[in-house]
Amino acid sequence: MEHSVINVLFVGNNFARIMQGLWTSVWISVDSLAAGLVLGTLLGILRTLPSKPLRFILRLYLEFFRIVPTIVLLYLVYYILPRSFNISWPASWMAILAFALWVAAEFSDIVRGAIESVPVTQKESGLALGLSKTQLFRYVLLPQAVQLELPATINLATRVIKTTSLLMMISIMDVIAIGQQIIEANNQKYPTAVFWIYGLIFILYFIIDYPLSLWSKKLAAKENR
Amino acid sequence: MTEEILRVENLNKFYGDRHILHDINFTLHQGEVLTLLGPSGSGKSTLIRCLNGLEDFSSGAVYFKGEKIKPTDKNWQEIRQKIGMVFQSYDLFPNLTVMENILLAPTKVQKRAKDQVAQEAEGLLKDVGLEKYADSYPRELSGGQKQRIAIVRALIMHPEVMLLDEVTASLDPEMVRGILQIMTKLSKKHHMTMIIVTHEMGFAEQIADQVLFLEDGRILENTPGKAFFAQPKTERARDFLESMDF
Repeated sequence: MEHSVINVLFVGNNFARIMQGLWTSVWISVDSLAAGLVLGTLLGILRTLPSKPLRFILRLYLEFFRIVPTIVLLYLVYYILPRSFNISWPASWMAILAFALWVAAEFSDIVRGAIESVPVTQKESGLALGLSKTQLFRYVLLPQAVQLELPATINLATRVIKTTSLLMMISIMDVIAIGQQIIEANNQKYPTAVFWIYGLIFILYFIIDYPLSLWSKKLAAKENR
Repeated sequence: MTEEILRVENLNKFYGDRHILHDINFTLHQGEVLTLLGPSGSGKSTLIRCLNGLEDFSSGAVYFKGEKIKPTDKNWQEIRQKIGMVFQSYDLFPNLTVMENILLAPTKVQKRAKDQVAQEAEGLLKDVGLEKYADSYPRELSGGQKQRIAIVRALIMHPEVMLLDEVTASLDPEMVRGILQIMTKLSKKHHMTMIIVTHEMGFAEQIADQVLFLEDGRILENTPGKAFFAQPKTERARDFLESMDF
């Protein structure tokens, strides 16, 4: 009897539902990363400008999102925002908003660090050729910064994907939420199903995150060469 | 009298309280080569960097072809297209190939047609013996090769004057000669107006029309090249030449 517990995974449309949940997690990650990286690049560039007030405000923004736990952010956007500002977006949009703002904050610091670590002589030789500040950013500093920031960015992506496991807290049917439903539905018949379901989810997250982690390690090793 | 290209009038520079450049005055005419000589820390590099706005100065003025340069970012950006500069550390852009390095400023800043500039670039690469490296990345080149590319990258802008800041200082001795030959050819054959900071005394004697000898941010001598090496006016300059084993 015991070995047939594995059937839980394949009874009815359980497996398809789990994959559906995984898909939800993945596209929320991808969307919030896309939006967050664009916004973060912009904020990162702004943070290299000499204006002190601007840098202070952006620093506050970064620290806020770095310190506040993600679960609190999700509650803020899901419970507080709609009530205070009369916004009624679907939960998944709210989740993307919270994640994108968090990614933007973290990424702005990565971008700032990368731009500042491009040698100052690169900047001077660009200026000496008559490039404008914008051209200097676009053709010289940013492309070099992107290479420097790639490992840290991939690292950030794996963290975002992992953190989507909190989405069930704001009633989004991600892979964890669906897994729990299946466990509860089969609790009587297969008390050990919990082990199999979470085991599968573990493997699924691993399959997505591990290649990213390997890629980032490889790039970092290449840089240190 | 040939046309005046650069004139510096009463230029002073301070870093906080420290007086870095004292009342610098000189004039550079079309086709002339001026070398800045002096011990390390005498202000040669700071002075040459003031001439294209990479360093700002505290008082005085720089004139380009008789016109006073207003020291704003925008103005310097315009004027830098006419004042080429090559640095000690080459500073090719590592994210671009040799050809892309050369084409970037002419096509983006001067908006010249890419295929025409590329053709000219091929010619210049051939002149410096690097036509095979157009599609290489800087990391694949030796120091001497990188410096030759940096010179080509500056020349393709059609500058009216070139600023060369210790361009051989970080090269292997055997690479130095090739770079010096390129500079000599630029002067003798193309009559390029140049300001050169260098520690290669033999080269300076051969190429300099005018020598500025600096110490502690002051011009101690402003002498025609041959006269400076034959008979320096100040004792300090004599000591300097002796210490350079020259």
